[in-house]
Amino acid sequence: MGDVFKALADPTRRAILDELTERDGQTLFELCARLATKHQLASSRQAVSQHIDVLVDAGLVRTRREGRYKFHHVETEPLQHLADRWLRPHKKDPA
Amino acid sequence: MRITLTSVLVDDQAKALAFYTDVLGFSVKHNIPMGEHAWLTVVSPQDADGVELVLEPDSHPAAQPFKAALVEDGIPFTSFSVDDVEAEHDRLVGLGVRFTQPPTSMGPVTTAVLDDTCGNLIQIMAMNPA
Repeated sequence: MGDVFKALADPTRRAILDELTERDGQTLFELCARLATKHQLASSRQAVSQHIDVLVDAGLVRTRREGRYKFHHVETEPLQHLADRWLRPHKKDPA
Repeated sequence: MRITLTSVLVDDQAKALAFYTDVLGFSVKHNIPMGEHAWLTVVSPQDADGVELVLEPDSHPAAQPFKAALVEDGIPFTSFSVDDVEAEHDRLVGLGVRFTQPPTSMGPVTTAVLDDTCGNLIQIMAMNPA
């Protein structure tokens, strides 16, 4: 599992999460179009794909195959762990 | 020099003819038997003398992996212009068409991406009001 903080430290990767939060379940093509037109990010499709791989490694994005298509979904569970650790420590079971 | 033809590579010309005419609403311009396949073109009824779309067999072995890779990443093979992306999306969904991207405003244009059932994704687009 990759580092959540490292994954979130990059503005392009945060923009990917922003766009998946706006509409979950996007193709690589849709994500690239949104980054280019809404965030003026000129990353190549390959670069965006590599950013997605980092987010997948950190558990923040999940890919789903449906027939011949591949969709990307945002996963907030790693962020929940961060909130539980520092924002809601009283709710955490004793280690 | 003028551009009078463009093509999509389809896995089955009969199926493509049905989808591009009955569902998308294009009209047949030429359907000329040529051995195993046909020289099959359609036009928009809004521009019957305009650019013809060739529904071309994807029988070359390199075509199928190329098409599959585009579809996996959600990349349209080509794009068509419509007056109203939302209205066209709703009409096509009503006819059972699968969209991989619903109507979305992308800067100066609104786009949506549909599956042509012949191994391609197709983008429909319209300029946003200024």
